[in-house]
Amino acid sequence: MKLKQLSVFLENKPGCLRRACSILADNHINLITLSLADSDQFGILRIIVDNVEKAKAVLDTEGFVSKISDVIAVEVPDEPGGLNHVLKVVEDAGIGVEYMYAFTIKKGENAVMLFYFSDVDKAIRALQNTNFTVLAGCEIFRRASC
Amino acid sequence: MENQIYDRAETLPRDELTALKTSRLKDTVARVQNVPYYKKAFKKTGIGPDSIQSLDDLQRLPLTTKADLRGQYPLGMLAVDRTEVLRFHGSSGTTGKPTMVGYTRNDLNMWAGLCARFLTAGCLRPEHTVQIAFGYGLFTGGFGLHYGVERVGASVIPAAAGNTPRQVMLLMDMQSDALVCTPSYALNISEYILSNNIPREKLNLKYAYFGGEPWTQDMGERIESELGISCFNNYGLSEVLGPGVSGECIAKDGMHISEDYFIVECLDPTSLEPVAPGEEGELVITSLCREAMPIIRYRTRDIASLNPEPCSCGRSTMRMSRVTGRSDDMLIIRGVNVYPSQIEQALLRVEGTAPHYHIIVDRPDRTDEVTVQVEVVEDAFSPSMKHMQELKDRIGRAVRTLTGLRMTIELVSPNTLDRFTGKACRVKDLRREKGLI
Repeated sequence: MKLKQLSVFLENKPGCLRRACSILADNHINLITLSLADSDQFGILRIIVDNVEKAKAVLDTEGFVSKISDVIAVEVPDEPGGLNHVLKVVEDAGIGVEYMYAFTIKKGENAVMLFYFSDVDKAIRALQNTNFTVLAGCEIFRRASC
Repeated sequence: MENQIYDRAETLPRDELTALKTSRLKDTVARVQNVPYYKKAFKKTGIGPDSIQSLDDLQRLPLTTKADLRGQYPLGMLAVDRTEVLRFHGSSGTTGKPTMVGYTRNDLNMWAGLCARFLTAGCLRPEHTVQIAFGYGLFTGGFGLHYGVERVGASVIPAAAGNTPRQVMLLMDMQSDALVCTPSYALNISEYILSNNIPREKLNLKYAYFGGEPWTQDMGERIESELGISCFNNYGLSEVLGPGVSGECIAKDGMHISEDYFIVECLDPTSLEPVAPGEEGELVITSLCREAMPIIRYRTRDIASLNPEPCSCGRSTMRMSRVTGRSDDMLIIRGVNVYPSQIEQALLRVEGTAPHYHIIVDRPDRTDEVTVQVEVVEDAFSPSMKHMQELKDRIGRAVRTLTGLRMTIELVSPNTLDRFTGKACRVKDLRREKGLI
């Protein structure tokens, strides 16, 4: 039920983000979705890719610091209040959202949001108990490729 | 400006001064026999109290280093019973522990007199009011100058360091005649006055007495022209006493050393041989009258030169130049002594930080700023921005605990900082490159 995310440390300097992307491109790694968190001095690039182990290996070889961690992908009804419902469920379970970002959606499908929660396993249980769909990694890649 | 001499001893004929120094050196060598550290060090070199016949014999005595003092922490260097100590001060060191210094009643009395000497040489008179913007605490600057000003007979405003708006308010409302602080803090005060369009005639400030950090001629001239005052340099360090080792007279051509209380040598820091007059070397100081903590040939690590020529002011004492550098890696940041090893130690205390770091010191406008660049390693890296900010905060707090200073922490990618094969050069002092120190 969990999805592997690769986070990469980036200095807040021109060219840093591009260099990471160019290494991924040179190694034919496809970026499925990404988010960039920034502070005044450094940033964290969070990416979902088709081959996370390889992506980490090539970035590490080039001197980047990166880390693989678990996030979860939740199907969110594409209607007013859709996200609100998801957030209500986790809030009621006493779980905090550390960060979230969107998965590129195809027309006519529900939206998919990626979350990192303060307690990932508890969040999965809470969401499944309230009939939200937590997508498996393979489902994400299937949707990305069709 | 009118030349006035506080103590007749400042004008002693050289032969009388030499005789006085020799007899006091003998007393000091006898007195340090009470300190087990010196007793042992002297025994090793076969020197006893009778070995001193002339001042030349000083060179046979062992040198004392900061590490030697640290080894005796906290009070191993005391030469008197602890009950005779009236006060303790301390200076920052390469580790988190300060070097503690004790003072007897006579020591405090002597200290006030020595500060009164350089204050008088710098035109301070009993009718003046002096605002002291030095820290009052373990640091010797605040208390040292405080009692010196009182000894002159002038009034003291112990404003202590910081809170610039309040300093300026006091300068205006109390019509202070003189200011005591670090030169970089004087620049802050000056900036506040200029940026708030405070007219010069609201101030009665005439003199400033600077110590605690080295400053250049250019910086002094900038302060003098901005504030319309006259600045006087003074020198001292807590290991030998505090401020009062030397200070400038109105000729402002070097600082007169109180030679009746200190023997100041100038040695090549490598060969430890004396350098010729006028040549730069490391100052090595022997106290002549200290009771609680006499010190023999203390390696100050301060680089300066000595000038034995007579001065137009009438004082017969030798003069020292301003301090132009250090023979170790100590930095002076906003008047606080900082060793790079303290920052290294702080990093070691924070889990997940790399041993690779770089220190950049700058003075973008008027205040010293330090940036510590730290490489991020995988163990410490987290996808959560909150965790990364916490890591930065933890490093910042550790640095502050050990150095007492707030520094900017910058996280950088691994393997981006220079690696050193020989002696590491982890400090970039842009102040030096810009000619500010």
